[in-house]
Amino acid sequence: MSLAFRLRHRFPSIQMDMAFEVSSPGVTVLFGPSGSGKSTLIAAAAGLLRPDECRIEIDGRLLADTGAGVWLPPERRRVGLVFQDAKLFPHMSVTTNLRFGQRRAGYGKDGATGGAQFEEVVDLLGIAPLLTRRPHTLSGGERQRVAIGRALLAQPHLLLMDEPLASLDSARKAEILPYLTRLKTALRLPVLYVTHALEEVIQLADSVVLVEAGQVSAFGTVSEITARSDLKLAQRDDGGALLLCRTAEHDGARQLTRLEGGGASFWVPQVDLPLGAALRIRVPAREVILASQPPEGISLHNIVPGTVRRLTAEPARRSVVVEIGLPSGALLSRVTPDAVVRLELVQNGPVLALIKSTSIEVVLA
Amino acid sequence: MAARAVGFGLPLAILTAWLLARYRFPGRPLLNALVHLPLVLPPVVTGWLLLILFGVRGPIGSLLQQWFGIRLVFTTTGAALACAVMVFPVMVRSIRLSLEAADPGLEQAARTLGAGRVDRLFNVTLPLASPGILVGAVVAYATCLGEFGAVITFAANIPGATQTLPLAIYAALQVPGGEAKAAQLSMISLALALVGLLLSEWLGKRLNTMLGK
Repeated sequence: MSLAFRLRHRFPSIQMDMAFEVSSPGVTVLFGPSGSGKSTLIAAAAGLLRPDECRIEIDGRLLADTGAGVWLPPERRRVGLVFQDAKLFPHMSVTTNLRFGQRRAGYGKDGATGGAQFEEVVDLLGIAPLLTRRPHTLSGGERQRVAIGRALLAQPHLLLMDEPLASLDSARKAEILPYLTRLKTALRLPVLYVTHALEEVIQLADSVVLVEAGQVSAFGTVSEITARSDLKLAQRDDGGALLLCRTAEHDGARQLTRLEGGGASFWVPQVDLPLGAALRIRVPAREVILASQPPEGISLHNIVPGTVRRLTAEPARRSVVVEIGLPSGALLSRVTPDAVVRLELVQNGPVLALIKSTSIEVVLA
Repeated sequence: MAARAVGFGLPLAILTAWLLARYRFPGRPLLNALVHLPLVLPPVVTGWLLLILFGVRGPIGSLLQQWFGIRLVFTTTGAALACAVMVFPVMVRSIRLSLEAADPGLEQAARTLGAGRVDRLFNVTLPLASPGILVGAVVAYATCLGEFGAVITFAANIPGATQTLPLAIYAALQVPGGEAKAAQLSMISLALALVGLLLSEWLGKRLNTMLGK
């Protein structure tokens, strides 16, 4: 499963030149501020906008290569698109909306099997009670769930989601995110997901493509990208590395759970998951204390040894973001320049990261 | 006759409205002006132009006569044609407005779901424009019943064939003692117009609620 994308397009206001490649399946999040060209990329992937130059390949299947004169129209691409504002057909019931793409994909007729099944999708999205209703009687969150179902049932080879939660209030967002997480694990379908909300990156992303002013500034797995001190992402107030973990040990007496990820161990307040379950943790950079010696007489549970991989100064904030290499991953820590001097932090030197178990954010995958 | 006028005119009106709403092409302003011409032109002039074009010796009329043996002048079909031309702007306008009000994003969504051009037209675009189409048709039908100038010029005033309501009223007024008949016919005309307008309003509302507007 792979996805390769190249796009060049000149708008009056912005020159776009983007290229990235993702080798893993799962969710690739295009992350960047509004107006950076994310939606253009999605429209090009769907075939709704034809850029000056564009090449899109999924799993060796060529959707577009303007250099070779290949440009599949949207209706023949088998690429599902979930719009920001659902775009359900108002003159059809929810069921008819859901079946729209499924019928045209040749499924849903008697005897036809394979692909995403109607009942399965309805169940996954929890939309069974809505089937006979009309789109205008649904809430924003319900509409968006139906729109996702409609796109999935068209049996796409790639699912595009253009800020599907942006038009919803935070309560509705919280209502939909769990469904998206469930879909992610239930479907073997590459997803290209556009957002400018970090929360959605943390929850959903397997890979991240950072987009800025029409350019791709970095791409890689979510752990790689969130743990790079040289990217703007690390300089946000809420910046911090994300690690993919598994539950390794429960300590019932102490009400703690030990997680393993990035080649290190982390104690967190007890998580009710079986051993070996996958989850993600996020360690905010401002919560990570650095030390050269293990401290004593302290409430701390996590003293993680690592090496200094990179130091990035943030002059405006009078601070430095330190990238701490773990055996297979990295953490970020924000400290003062004074601390860097006192601890004599240098590249490739050893360092201890001290993390309170309660400041680790556990994200259930 | 009115039904025939609307029946023939409607598909053409939809096509024209669609062209005007969706495409920018050279000659678009000209087409737009031509469509709206009957609205501004005195009806008698429209009728006269039809007579020139579709008359037995006119360029189109003579061809129709030769090939199909169809004669339009002074026939019911001719009256229907005159009416259709007169109400064409009304239909085009109302259809075009509802086409322009429809969200192009819905057609894009249909494309990504695998719907081709014709499929989209019949399953998405036209249903979305249905309020405009129906309202246009009802108003056009009611207007046809009352067409006067173009019909009398092109198809004359033949009772039972090309006589519309106002023509009958006019004829009745010409006859001594025909006032009572004229009053009767006028009341019918009034009732028909009122029913037509109310019906179109009601249909439009219903369809809009169905579409969730």
